[in-house]
Amino acid sequence: MKSRSSIAVASLLVATSVLWGCGVKPWVKPYEREHLADPIMAFSRDPLSDKHRQHVYEVREGARGAGVSQGGGCGCN
Amino acid sequence: MLSRIVARLIIYLILITSSPVMSQAAVLPEERLDAMYHSYDGGGVKVDGPALLVRKNFAEQVSVSAFYYADAVSSASIDVLTTASPFTDDRTESGLGIDYLRRNTLMSLSFSTSDEEDYQADTVNFSLAQEMFGGMTTLTLGYGVGRDVVSRVDNDFEDDIDRYSYRLGLSQILSKTLLVNVDYEAVADDGFLNSPYRAAQILGAFVPERYPRTRESHALSLRILKYLQSGRSLRAEYRRFWDTWDISADTLELGFNKYFGRRWLMEFRYRYYTQDAASFYSDNFTAEQNFMARDKELSTFTSNSLGGKFSYTFLQNGAHTLVKGTFSFSYDFIKFDYDNFTDIRNGKLFSFDADVIQLFVSLWY
Repeated sequence: MKSRSSIAVASLLVATSVLWGCGVKPWVKPYEREHLADPIMAFSRDPLSDKHRQHVYEVREGARGAGVSQGGGCGCN
Repeated sequence: MLSRIVARLIIYLILITSSPVMSQAAVLPEERLDAMYHSYDGGGVKVDGPALLVRKNFAEQVSVSAFYYADAVSSASIDVLTTASPFTDDRTESGLGIDYLRRNTLMSLSFSTSDEEDYQADTVNFSLAQEMFGGMTTLTLGYGVGRDVVSRVDNDFEDDIDRYSYRLGLSQILSKTLLVNVDYEAVADDGFLNSPYRAAQILGAFVPERYPRTRESHALSLRILKYLQSGRSLRAEYRRFWDTWDISADTLELGFNKYFGRRWLMEFRYRYYTQDAASFYSDNFTAEQNFMARDKELSTFTSNSLGGKFSYTFLQNGAHTLVKGTFSFSYDFIKFDYDNFTDIRNGKLFSFDADVIQLFVSLWY
């Protein structure tokens, strides 16, 4: 548990430091994000629908986690 | 130990929140209401019911959400037919969430509870999402803790499970038409992890299953969304999963979105899933072992899903306090093919199909 958490924190520090160190400026300006704001560019366009689909798969598969919907108690045993 | 790790992460995020890199304010999630009827029918199991999700924002800083989800289950699955009797059950899940936006940081706290006759689960989730670099990058940290109580309907058996989840996510705008998202989630369980009803098989004789009381799993996903010309987009997702039970799995999903006219939006999608069996899974053990499972969800199998979602915008330009309204129909056909789980009624490898249907209305206000 300790090593896993340490790795996660270290990765976070490195990732942000690298981006920070580059002095990143937004190369896509807010007024250029028209297409990105379109509903078809949402990873989860309909949260309730995605939550149900994720539940359908999770109770029938061994894998879990890293989905578009945050987990809850599902009574999966 | 856990509280120290979470405290360290929170302090770290607060530090970067106050950095000069921040320049553009983040926004709260959309105010909307979704009311849905959902249905799953496959492998002798039918599950259906209503679901509701509603979100309201206050003073552009606070967002409150509530959801309700109900399942009416009638099961004559392969497990039930071979070792027990068909049954019916009801499950309800409800939850509350609150999000607080401060400059570019969205702090979210949610609670959910799931209740059925022989299974009770409570979960609390906390997450911090930080927008950086003019809204180009969003970093998310999440922590969840849950307590499940497992019981049987026919005797006084009762045991519990403690669950902990840790999430780390990064969303990045790569260009005017390209988004990428990377998520990692680790989950640790401690408690009674098998079904109290299911049986393993030793040389054809059924004995109660025995699972390890701990499990740690890891999932790493990559999602890419590309805007194509004239109102179309392409989505690709891949997830790698592995755990301490030696299950490893790969999930691939592809989606294509397209507008038809001004009112119709359609999504077509395909999903492929494959996994290797847990180290203590066997269709039919040759000798007794410390841990024994014959749960087909722990076997080696693949599934293929093909489906789509069709949304019709019935309210486009607003009316009264409503901004927009849509009706949606979603359907997925799933085929499961098992490599080492046999139907003991005929001795053949098991497979089955399922239909998943959703009908829902969404209102934005």
